[in-house]
Amino acid sequence: MDWSLIFSNTLRSGITQTAIIYILAAIGMNLHVGYTGLMNFGQVGFMAVGAYGVGISTSYYGLPLGVGVLIGLLCGLVLAVLLGMPTLRLRADYLGIVTIAAAEIIRLVVRYQKLKDWSGGTNGINGFANDFQEWNPLTPSAKYGFELGPLNLRFTGADLWEMGVGWLMVCLAVFVMWRLVNSPWGRVLKSIREDENAARAMGKSIFRFKMQSLVMGGLFGSLAGMFFAISNNSVQPDNYSRAFTFFALTVAILGGLGRVWGPVLGGVIFWMLLSGIENVLREAVSDEKIPTGIMDGVQVGQVRFMLVGIGLMSLMIFRPQGMIGDKRGIAIDARK
Amino acid sequence: MSRWPLIGIFTAAFLALATPAHSDHAASAEEPAQVVSGKLQYTVEATESGGKDDRVPVEGGVVEVLAATLSADARSVESLGEVIGTGISAADGSFQVELPAGPGDYAVRLDLESLPEGVNVLDSTKQTLPLRIADGQSKAVLFNLVLGDGGTSNVGAGDPWYERMARLAVNGLQFGLIIGMCAIGLSLIYGTTGLVNFAHSEMITLGAVLAWMFNVTYGIPLIYAALLAMVLGALAGALVDRGLWRPLRRRNTGLVAMSIVSIGFGIFMQYAILYQFGDRPSKYADYAVQRKSITFGPISLSPKEIIIMSLSATILVLVALGLRYTRLGKAMRAVSDNPDLAASTGVDVDRIITLVWALGGALVSLGAAFQGVTETVSWTMGQQLLLLVFASVTLGGLGTAFGAMAGSIFVGIAILVSTVWWPSELQTVPALFLMIVILMVRPQGLFGRRERIG
Repeated sequence: MDWSLIFSNTLRSGITQTAIIYILAAIGMNLHVGYTGLMNFGQVGFMAVGAYGVGISTSYYGLPLGVGVLIGLLCGLVLAVLLGMPTLRLRADYLGIVTIAAAEIIRLVVRYQKLKDWSGGTNGINGFANDFQEWNPLTPSAKYGFELGPLNLRFTGADLWEMGVGWLMVCLAVFVMWRLVNSPWGRVLKSIREDENAARAMGKSIFRFKMQSLVMGGLFGSLAGMFFAISNNSVQPDNYSRAFTFFALTVAILGGLGRVWGPVLGGVIFWMLLSGIENVLREAVSDEKIPTGIMDGVQVGQVRFMLVGIGLMSLMIFRPQGMIGDKRGIAIDARK
Repeated sequence: MSRWPLIGIFTAAFLALATPAHSDHAASAEEPAQVVSGKLQYTVEATESGGKDDRVPVEGGVVEVLAATLSADARSVESLGEVIGTGISAADGSFQVELPAGPGDYAVRLDLESLPEGVNVLDSTKQTLPLRIADGQSKAVLFNLVLGDGGTSNVGAGDPWYERMARLAVNGLQFGLIIGMCAIGLSLIYGTTGLVNFAHSEMITLGAVLAWMFNVTYGIPLIYAALLAMVLGALAGALVDRGLWRPLRRRNTGLVAMSIVSIGFGIFMQYAILYQFGDRPSKYADYAVQRKSITFGPISLSPKEIIIMSLSATILVLVALGLRYTRLGKAMRAVSDNPDLAASTGVDVDRIITLVWALGGALVSLGAAFQGVTETVSWTMGQQLLLLVFASVTLGGLGTAFGAMAGSIFVGIAILVSTVWWPSELQTVPALFLMIVILMVRPQGLFGRRERIG
């Protein structure tokens, strides 16, 4: 067992691009689920429209990347309004079903082969974000970073550039969230979560505030999707499937719903746990500490997802407030 | 018989690369003869949970090149001559057929018997493809292959629309009956406990995988394997209720929290099934080859389709009668209607809920076992069906058993018939869209009782 490799990998995956994507998506879900009590189970739909917004506008229409990013955000906004208009009056569990269905419709349409010239079909869109790599002030292939005892914390220039931009976005998103939820607007959202009728009795338009919350959270989702697309320089339709939403929800719950820092903490811990477990199991399998009859290299990946499922269940049952959560953030059933 | 959930459109692209040689019939032995070469492979659609499409090469596929008379535009084969050459695809799917006669008109025929079980040509008229080779010309020929029975929309595309529609309606009825069996459990569980069970998809997968295990691993005939899966499915349902949901109800866990628990349970089950079953879609040992044998007007049905439809219909009618007239059925509907009221009239609500889970587990397993016959058994099949099941249940009215049946049959038929005009790749989109619209304008569904759910 190469423990220094295991620790290095574990530590690294808590801060790399994948963790950032989930953190951004989970920040949006935290606003929906944790602060407003909206059961949005279709966050991946917002990610998909963001990613395809930037992908299609830059590759098919040849717009500059910066404009593409604005268009991606605009797509997220439009989706939120379209989705919110009919559904925000529905009860929480119905809203969950409808948002899942909407996200699935988006995935099916963008992977539709007849639209291949436009959205790339099942192959997706590739190589539209070269500008982003060119803006990198570092040498992409050079290694930066340091070694801390047995820990290897060296990253290539390309990775470091993407991570830097990603964490900057996370910080911005957290700052925006912090301002939002501590504003009078945020307090209305929390009052809607606590008691919709009481908020309505105070003269607040529930629908309008829910819509604004859906749009804001959806924008964070689109941002996550765009970061996913641009950092990979590619959009693949099947990456935007239901499982993504559920994992982002797990991230949000693990960190703690109804807290600004919850998703960040959740994302880092989630990916460190996932990667730590995977690395330990993988090393154990390759050292034949676990006989291949019980588990082989491929099954290691499956075992960690089984653990995600068990983790989500146990969190919800035994510690719904997650690590630092606001217990009221999951008291979403109280208002029934 | 939907096509997209069924894994895949397999595309076998033959690249007919004709080496430029002279059209001399007496090409000497040293001189390379013209060669038709290509690669037989198919694509397994990426799973719901991500990943890329898998390209699977077909080994041992037999491709014959025949002399042929082609129509003037070389788009159709008018008559077939003798076999000129035969190629067998290698492990990587590639094959070669020599054409000693040089340029001319040929037909390329794929021997269906040589394909792996379950792989068929999407459009049965395209099993033989025309190939006109001019001097020095390269040509690409495309075979569309599917895993399963082949597409429904493309088969016999030349027939009048009403005949195609009749065929699709029958296929849709079968699909609807299967969805119906999967939907009743979901609907009754919602009715009795208020839980939106996102792990229902994994009960579907479990049923099909259990039937597959009995059938393929233990060699039990499929009908009995499906019945065994049904029994185990009922046990699993009851066990999950007793082991997980009842304790949660006792703790007064909120409904939304419970549905998030069900998401976690679903993720766990899905990957546990993947761990055991693997990620390759598989067919049962029985009924792999479809033979259309019984014909009613434009509709021809294979024995397996008749067995599936009649069994499903019988079981749904029995369940309906049972719910309507037996004590237990009445109790189930009473609890579904109003648990507190049912309890106050002496119904043991907890027992009834466990029985509802058992009934749901049994029906879903049988439906899934049948779905595995028309499609394939894979670890994502439940995920692919779940939203359609939700759509059916919402359409009929959440919490009602009869509504779920009616909604399912409607959705099944509508989905397949719509492929006459609507691209079959997107066939689930209208159903999902319809579900959203129904929830907006009539959230209690077509048959549900009106209550405030907004």
